[in-house]
Amino acid sequence: MSDLFTYTLRIADSSLILGQRMSMWCSKGPTLEEDIALSNIGLDMFGQANGFYEYAAQLDGTKSADDLAFNRNEREFFNHQLVEQENGHFGITVARNFLHDVFNFLFYTQLANSKDETLAALATKSLKEVKYHLKHSSNWLIRLGDGTDKSKRKIQEGINTMWQFTGELFEMDEIDKQILNAGIGVDNTALKKDWDSLVNKTLSKAKINRPKDAYMATGGKKGLHTEHLGFILAEMQYLQRAYPDAKW
Amino acid sequence: MKEELFQEKIDKEQKIEPKDWMPEDYRKHLIRQISQHAHSEIIGMQPEGNWITRAPSLRAKMILLAKVQDEAGHGLYLYSACETLGISRQELVQQLHDGKAKYSSIFNYPTLSWADMGAVGWLVDGAAIVNQVSLQRTSYGPYARGMVKICKEESFHQRQGYEIMAEMAKGTKEQKEMAQDALNRFWWPSIMMFGPQDSDSPRTGNAMKWKIKRQTNDELRQSFIDKTVGQAEIIGLTIPDTDLKWNEKTEHYDFGEMDWDEFWNVVNGNGPCNHQRLAHHQKAHTEGKWVREAAKAYAKKQELVTQ
Amino acid sequence: MIEKTIVWEVFIQSKNGLAHKHVGNVHASDKVMALENARELYTRRNEGSCIWVVKAEYIVSSESEDSEAFFDPSNDKIYRHPTFYTMPEGSKHI
Repeated sequence: MSDLFTYTLRIADSSLILGQRMSMWCSKGPTLEEDIALSNIGLDMFGQANGFYEYAAQLDGTKSADDLAFNRNEREFFNHQLVEQENGHFGITVARNFLHDVFNFLFYTQLANSKDETLAALATKSLKEVKYHLKHSSNWLIRLGDGTDKSKRKIQEGINTMWQFTGELFEMDEIDKQILNAGIGVDNTALKKDWDSLVNKTLSKAKINRPKDAYMATGGKKGLHTEHLGFILAEMQYLQRAYPDAKW
Repeated sequence: MKEELFQEKIDKEQKIEPKDWMPEDYRKHLIRQISQHAHSEIIGMQPEGNWITRAPSLRAKMILLAKVQDEAGHGLYLYSACETLGISRQELVQQLHDGKAKYSSIFNYPTLSWADMGAVGWLVDGAAIVNQVSLQRTSYGPYARGMVKICKEESFHQRQGYEIMAEMAKGTKEQKEMAQDALNRFWWPSIMMFGPQDSDSPRTGNAMKWKIKRQTNDELRQSFIDKTVGQAEIIGLTIPDTDLKWNEKTEHYDFGEMDWDEFWNVVNGNGPCNHQRLAHHQKAHTEGKWVREAAKAYAKKQELVTQ
Repeated sequence: MIEKTIVWEVFIQSKNGLAHKHVGNVHASDKVMALENARELYTRRNEGSCIWVVKAEYIVSSESEDSEAFFDPSNDKIYRHPTFYTMPEGSKHI
């Protein structure tokens, strides 16, 4: 497995798993308009996942994008743990997405300058979508934070419970370093400063507190996950696994 | 006098617009029909939404999510048209929750395999499209315009369903069985989507006179069956009706007796999923309440700031 | 109790250079949400280059019972239309 393949796969995995989470909102949104908005975000994430998987498949040379998405186990998925967290109530989803959107926005902004033309093109396309997602989640974060007492409590709960999964976003392992040195990848550690300032700005607009940086979860890059991922995959991969000979 | 002018306008194929005078019964009939149509789109998200997380390829996932999302959109177009008659969306949703408003019974059937995504798209959307194409010429302007938009967007829905069926019908033995099973389960409920036979449909009279409906239940049903039989043949599936055969004289297909006991049972709440569908909708509505209240409270604060 | 929401009418400019056209409504509690909701609902197929939203309560409409008085008087002012005028035979670009 080449480093570039793994690097691409990680991006695809995070997009797919977040897309899967968003698609679970379908027909459950707080308003019909928001239901549509949540599906749109899901569609964007699936589109991004598809693009990165296609590229990974091309780098791999033997597997298809669908093979990569539907025939790997928990330990072979490299998404951020943040995106596999349950939707919970709307405040949890908004918090999770907001924290990830800020990261994605900064990440794709950098990746758009990659020496690897395909990654750069995929990043440029994704960036447009992520800008909108960030706007959407920021607006909701502010509405909920500065809405009613109840909504303030709920969005604060969302930020608090998701916080421990944000440390992982800025980790760099050997593969990341190799790819960065090749002029292809992003220096995640360097994104932290901008992430902090963007997050702080919006949290303060929303009049909610930034949790203290305490224990941070880790493991996504190594295929270590929370218990949620197993269920996501079990559901998502059911048909492919139950009928391995079938084409769909 | 007003009523005559109204009818004259309708007879001249002119559209009735929100500000125009209309008989109270016309308004009521429209509210009932459009809201039922809107609720059907919204409740109809559930049986297909049931498979989004299990769709077997990235492509299938995106298509299905986009399609279910379209249904939410179409529900909104229709609520929007209905609101021009002087009733709010909240009232309409309340009527749905209170059981006063209905939605299409087809959505009270469960989707049990991936092939059902094919059957629903091909047959249920297919039947809906026959009805909606006809309704593009309905006499109420906002409804007609909504239908035009919906028809334009829905043209891919039936195709995606038929594509799934075709793929599965030529797939493995198990896939073909799933496809046939889905057709078996969805065929009769689909042709009953057009409603009772004309002889048993008390409301058809005024609806035709006012050109709310442009074709009768039986005409629409026949047109759907005529279109669909050949499609089943091409992909090698068998429509579960032994009486189905081409009638040279009428140049239409003859078909068997529909089970109206089952139909009325499902309409009256005894279908396999009636309770589940409504409960799902109510739950989402209740769980979203604090979000809607928060948004409102926030907006109020913003207004005070800008004043 | 029935919840109240604000209804916004939506106008979409489908292409740069064209006029905005009414497409329907959305519900939203504030203007930012109204714009976003309109974007989600009415531009899913690349239909837009600009969106206007306006609170439905601010739309003023003529009444249909006034329509004769409002619109018929312009019926006989045919001199407002270019076809009313006789041009000399052979004249061009006018």
